[in-house]
Formats: sequence, structure tokens, C-alpha cells
Amino acid sequence: MTVTKAEVLPIRNSTDVVLARQAVRRWAIEAKFTLVDQTKLITAASELARNTLDHGHGGQMTVETVVGNNGRTGLKLVFEDNGPGIPDLQAALKDGFTTGGGMGLGLGGSKRLVNEFSIESAVGKGTKVTVIRWK
Amino acid sequence: MSKLAELISRNEGQIHTDWMAHMSKSVRRSDLMDESELDEQTRGLLDALILAMKADDSLELSQSAWTPVKDLMSGISASRARLGFTPEETATFVLSLKQPIFVMLRRELSKVPDEQFNEIWKTTQLIDALAMQTTQAYISTREELILRQQHEVLELSTPVVKLWEGILALPIIGTLDSARTQVVMESLLQTVVATNSKVAIIDITGVPTVDTLVAQHLLKTITAARLMGAECIISGVRPQIAQTIVHLGINLEQVITKARLSDAFALALQRSGRKVVRIVAGAESHALSAAEGRKESS
Amino acid sequence: MERIPILRMGPFLLITIQVDMHDRLAMQLQEDVTQRISEWGATGVLIDISSLEIVDSFIGRMLANIAAMSRVLGAETVVVGMQPAVAITLVELGMSLPGVRTALNVESGMELLYESPAAMQAGLANDSDES
Repeated sequence: MTVTKAEVLPIRNSTDVVLARQAVRRWAIEAKFTLVDQTKLITAASELARNTLDHGHGGQMTVETVVGNNGRTGLKLVFEDNGPGIPDLQAALKDGFTTGGGMGLGLGGSKRLVNEFSIESAVGKGTKVTVIRWK
Repeated sequence: MSKLAELISRNEGQIHTDWMAHMSKSVRRSDLMDESELDEQTRGLLDALILAMKADDSLELSQSAWTPVKDLMSGISASRARLGFTPEETATFVLSLKQPIFVMLRRELSKVPDEQFNEIWKTTQLIDALAMQTTQAYISTREELILRQQHEVLELSTPVVKLWEGILALPIIGTLDSARTQVVMESLLQTVVATNSKVAIIDITGVPTVDTLVAQHLLKTITAARLMGAECIISGVRPQIAQTIVHLGINLEQVITKARLSDAFALALQRSGRKVVRIVAGAESHALSAAEGRKESS
Repeated sequence: MERIPILRMGPFLLITIQVDMHDRLAMQLQEDVTQRISEWGATGVLIDISSLEIVDSFIGRMLANIAAMSRVLGAETVVVGMQPAVAITLVELGMSLPGVRTALNVESGMELLYESPAAMQAGLANDSDES
């Protein structure tokens, strides 16, 4: 996979979450994603940015275009924080599909909005979530 | 500049003349491409090749200096395909450049056989890679076409029909997988907006089996429509489907389901404050009202 | 500080959300709605989200909260104008907004409000009742 360009944004407060959304929108439009794909990616970014803020105590988001092995283009978002970390990843990734009630970490939902999703987290070390949406 | 680049550049004219002269009839295909076009294409290829070789000694196509050449290969692949050349013919055309270059190398490096061998080897590797580019470009184009057609088939196979003012019908034929569900949802929601509809009847007579996954897809579609103010009714539930749903423990309590499309339509009408009324024939009603008139006046 | 404006339309409140809301703005809106319902004795709340291109779980919860709080105060809430892409995304996210009534546009939303129990109780039956 080759990376072609990137942008890093801080996530320190709720205004940054809005700015992060707007940045992802700009990138998605430039990459010519369909409207539905754009909406899914920006919404996932909003969820994950908010997690970084609320649970990770602030961090940063990196946006970059990527080219897959078969030549298709996509956008990759990385959310990193040095917060408390997630003790039980399995539980955090689970959520009932039709509940729609309390969302907890919103990780399970975000996972469904992207094509690739990976998460690294350790108690006391922070969390790093990487997602990719292909065109 | 590498030795090879220098040699080819110096002998460009001769190489081009030889190439055009010795190209076999089957590669030339003068029935598909005339002489002047072929001349232009061969010159363009050689020029681009030499430019790239001068900029980059490594002869590695992944280097940025080779992008114009790669683009040219894709262009040649596309234009020749349009003219009617098979991908094999196009690749063979690119490969035919080897002969004039080998002939040149034999002449230039006749005194140094080892060097001659090395340059021939580099040439063959480079031209093979370029021929592969045309084939790859051809395959990518076909794959894109297939994907596009698949999408079109998906869209066509789930039409959204307006049954009445504010009432839509969505007959689904075939299985409902997650890719199709996305298309169905988009199509349905867009039509809901365009027709200002409040009820959508999803008919699943043509859906062979309803397992937990299919049920989930249906529920997703229904929920999405509901978020936009449109209510969904599922119709065409066959007896076997009903049994499967119960056996699998699928919960459809929040969903209105009907066995027959006609019942679903009647319900939809009711929900939108309408009903179907039979109009009594003219003569009959005249006799009736006349009878009523007589009754009242007596 | 900036707030989402709440307009009064007879017995109902009309809220049009057109900005990309940050959290404080959303919290403020929840407060303001409950405030206004009490002040004006409103029996219905219409929230127009036709300009919102993104509705994430936070905004979704806000809408559900406004609906729930309004109901407790005797007012019905209808959310109108959700964009198709937003609906598809919310569903994928797992949010179905169960307690929130929805309609396609302001006009349909108003019809729903007029027919709601809260409005009925306040004697607001629509004159053009269908037969």
C-alpha cells in the first residue's frame, strides 16, 4: 500500500471534533467518494474523534489517501491518544445492531461504516484506531 | 545517461525505420490502423521511451520518470481496443520493438559480446514490462466495465413503483445480500423523497429464502425508511417463509407483514386515509333513487 | 453565546438546524427547548434537519432526548427532512431512534403534530379532517 498525502489535526475540544469532520469531508469530496460513502466516513470520523476526546482525553487525527494493492484508492483515518486505554476490547467492539440506545464507545457502529478497521489499545498506554474506506 | 539510453537515442531514426519496415502483416493490421497513424504511434512510443530512459537509469517502471510511458501504454491499449485489436495483438505490437533494438545492439556492440548480452537482457526485460502494462490496462478496463454493469443490473432489478399517491411498491426478486440492500435502500429513499410517499410496500414474493441475514437487511431498509417518515409493509410472505421466520426466532413484531400484496395495498390506502368504493351502475341507481323517492313521499 | 433559534408557530415550536453543531450547542438546544415548551405551553416540537449532512450518535441521542423530554412536558416531537444518506448511515451505525417520530418535510410533520394526542387534548383538531 502506498500513501500519497496526509493531514494531521489535533483533537483537544469539541470544536476540534467539528473541524475534524469538516476536514474529512474535504478529503472525501476531493477523492470523489459517492454521497453515501462520504456520509458514512465522515460520521465514523465524528464518532471516533469524539471517542478520542471523551475517553482518550484528547489526541489527534491523521487523514491520508491510500492506494490499495489492486490499484483502488481510499482514505485512511488514524485516531491516536495517550489516554487510559481500553481494558476490554472485545466488549467495546460489541453492540446490539438494532438497539440504538446508549452507545458506549460507538466502536461497533463505526466499524460497520468503514471497510477496514483496526484498533490497538493498552491500559495506561493509550489507544490507536485505524480505519480505511475504499472508493 | 545509461549506455542503453545513449545507444537507443543515437540510433532512434534507424530503429524506427527498421521497426516499421519489418513489422509483420499480422502485427501491422493495416485494415484496422493506417500507415500514418501507425507511424505516429511508433514514433510517440520511442520518444517517450527515450525520454524516460534518459531521466532514470534504473529502468524500474515504478519510478516516477516512467509514469508518462505507463500512461502512454494505457492509452495505446485503450485506443487499439477501440479500433478492434485484441489485447494479444496490442502486446505483440509492443514486443515487436525488440527486434529493431536487438539488431542495433548487435551492430553497435559486435566487438563486446558480454556487454551486448547485458544490454539485450535489459532491453528484453524493459519491453516485456511495457507489453504487460498494455495487458494490465486492458484487464482493468474490463473489470471496471463488469463492475459498472453489475451495479446497473442491481439497480434495474429492484425498481421502485408508485402504486398510488404517496404509496410505493418495491418488488424484490432474488436474494437480498448486503450489496443489494445498499442499492435497495438508496433507491427506495430517493423515491420516497421524490414522490413524497408515506407508505412503501416491500414485496418479497420473489425472495427464495429469508434467513436471519436477509431479515436483518429487510429490517435495516425498513428502519431507514421510517427515519424519513415512510412506513413499510412487507407483503408476499409465503407459508414456508413464515415457518422459517418462526423457527429461526426472527423477531418481526415491529413490522407489519401481509401474505398478499392486495392486502398490503388495502392497508396502505387505509393508512393514507383512503378506501376503494364500488361505483353503482347508472340505471340501477336511477331506479334506486326513484324507489327511495317514492318511499319518502308516501 | 450562539444558540440554535427556536421559532414559535402557534402551538408548536419550529427548530431548523443548519449548522454543524458542536457539543455545547447541542446541550444548549436541549435546555432551550424544554424552557420554551414550559414558557409558551407548546404542544408540539418540529425539528427540521434537512440541512444536516451528518448525524452521528451524539446528535442522534440529542434528538431522542429532546423527544423524550418534550413528551414528559406534554409535547409531541417530530423530526423532519432527514437526508437519505443520513438515514442509511444512522441505520448502519445501529441507531433507529425508536422514540422519535419522523416525517418527510415540514408540511407532513405539521400534519402529524396536529393529529397527535397532545394537540388533540389542547383542542387543536385540524379543520380539514379527511373523511
